[in-house]
Amino acid sequence: MSSVSEYRKQEESVTMAPLHEQVASQVEEVGERSEELLTLNMGPHHPATHGVLRLLISLDGEVVRDIKPIVGYVHTGIEKTAEDKSYWKAIPVVERMDYLAYYFNAQAFCGATEALLGLEVPRRAQYLRVIHLELNRIMSHLVWLGTSALDLGAMSMFWYGFREKETVLDLFEMSSGQRMHTRYFQVGGVIEDIPSGFEQKVRDFCALMPTRVDQYSDLLARNEIVLRRLRHVCPLDAETLLSLGVTGPLLRAAGNAWDLRKAMPYSCYDEFDFAIAVGTEGDNYDRFAVRLVEIKESVKIIEQALDGLPEGAWMTPDRKVALPPRHELATSMEAVIHQFKLVTEGFRVPPGEVYFPIESPRGELGCYVRSDGSSKPARVHMRDPSFVNLQAFAAMCKDAYIADLIATLAMLDPILGGIDR
Amino acid sequence: MPDATGLELLAQELGDAHEGSVQDTLFFRDRGTIVVDAAHVRAALAFLRDKGYRFLASVHGVDHYPEEPRMGVCYELLDMERLDRLTVKLRVPTDAARVESVTPDWPTADYQEREIYDMFGVVFYGHPDLRRILMPEDYEGHPQRRDFPVGGEPVLFTFSDAQGADYTAWGDEEQT
Repeated sequence: MSSVSEYRKQEESVTMAPLHEQVASQVEEVGERSEELLTLNMGPHHPATHGVLRLLISLDGEVVRDIKPIVGYVHTGIEKTAEDKSYWKAIPVVERMDYLAYYFNAQAFCGATEALLGLEVPRRAQYLRVIHLELNRIMSHLVWLGTSALDLGAMSMFWYGFREKETVLDLFEMSSGQRMHTRYFQVGGVIEDIPSGFEQKVRDFCALMPTRVDQYSDLLARNEIVLRRLRHVCPLDAETLLSLGVTGPLLRAAGNAWDLRKAMPYSCYDEFDFAIAVGTEGDNYDRFAVRLVEIKESVKIIEQALDGLPEGAWMTPDRKVALPPRHELATSMEAVIHQFKLVTEGFRVPPGEVYFPIESPRGELGCYVRSDGSSKPARVHMRDPSFVNLQAFAAMCKDAYIADLIATLAMLDPILGGIDR
Repeated sequence: MPDATGLELLAQELGDAHEGSVQDTLFFRDRGTIVVDAAHVRAALAFLRDKGYRFLASVHGVDHYPEEPRMGVCYELLDMERLDRLTVKLRVPTDAARVESVTPDWPTADYQEREIYDMFGVVFYGHPDLRRILMPEDYEGHPQRRDFPVGGEPVLFTFSDAQGADYTAWGDEEQT
């Protein structure tokens, strides 16, 4: 037998057999009409799975009894690849994990590396990072909003959401030259200062965005269909969510105001005044509403960061870590040596292990980096929130209708690039 | 973060409660780590949970190649009330890479232990459903191990399968 058909056979071994027997015995006990559970395969190519997620669903009529998510279809070995690159060359690789939160991936990795180095990041760089992180959060939530509304049948929301998302991507393009996977964050700061005119464009965007959020809210949160599909659907209490390791908007929707930006501030988040949105019930509507408010709060943070943007360096002056400025290469031999050493070998990092958690749009994104003293990380691991949050999916959808499963998956907002890495 | 003294006190308490469980404490860059004996990990984590570290943020595997014992498993604990983080770490040799699963106590460890099993080959006994999670089920080897080579992964296609292609980890090339 060929190995692929063996593989298929093994895949079939992922069954719901114990559950089938359990239900069958229950049915026998009650003496009702004999019903079987139907195992339905959904995905990996299903638009509503928001990526290549495959679900094995046990259906009792139209009611979901159990879900087994099967992941790994876009596993690209990013963590392995990162071990083969010097620290600063690993940044673009880790950025591609959660492809909607690339600034967050870069921040987690750079933050972990800076902690290992014991490196101080200049304040201007911290502020520039916060501006881009929050723009990224808005962008990520807009993609979520557009695609989720599409799943619920609201097609126009998709276009409105992507209209603003494109504005954010234009801003990224202006500051870094790239729309996605910008590689803007470096170990020790950011690659370049923001160009002139960027601040005004961000301010224009910040002035516009709150009204846009209100418009989205008018469009969706007063829509009878949307409300019926979200309100009181698939709630899960905070205690269960915590035991399953769920963080981020999903946890906050259940009433637990846990946000790493507030609770354990990293970078310079302690210098900004913003509120944390919490829900009451933990149903799909709360998950939806919390994210909408988060967009507004992100706008507030960006405005404060622009107002208080300190002058000064945007990159650490430590030449062992940061590339020398271009103009120095023509005049300084040291600069040429540093440039050569950094580009060929990279910087060496003292041995040690660090876990650096930040609040990504989906929850706690932690980067674990182990250094063995060489210029390449000995281990890079991302605790990706999508990967951990997906475990709560079966608990959320238990005994719900299959149509609500789609809505819940949309509100869960998993990014398969982050799950599979 | 617990300070260095607090970490020592906590490790002392843990060592008193479970004889021989604490092997070492590390304090690096303001982050505390307790190295525990692999046999006591579940008891140690349960003890720390009663101390307030109720949230298991992350579980991840490390390969310390070429040091021995090679395989490491880290548990990142979080106390949401005192805003305190603590790492619990253990090391096991490759030829006896068996660790008790903490999934019955912390459901969040489920996928993460499966990932470590998949990537490093550490077996978590007591895990309800220990299968590969990211790699295909018939995959040979544990790719995150440091001595696992990079590159040369063949792509799975049904068409090529009909041609009799070989999908082992080494592709059509001769096994070295």
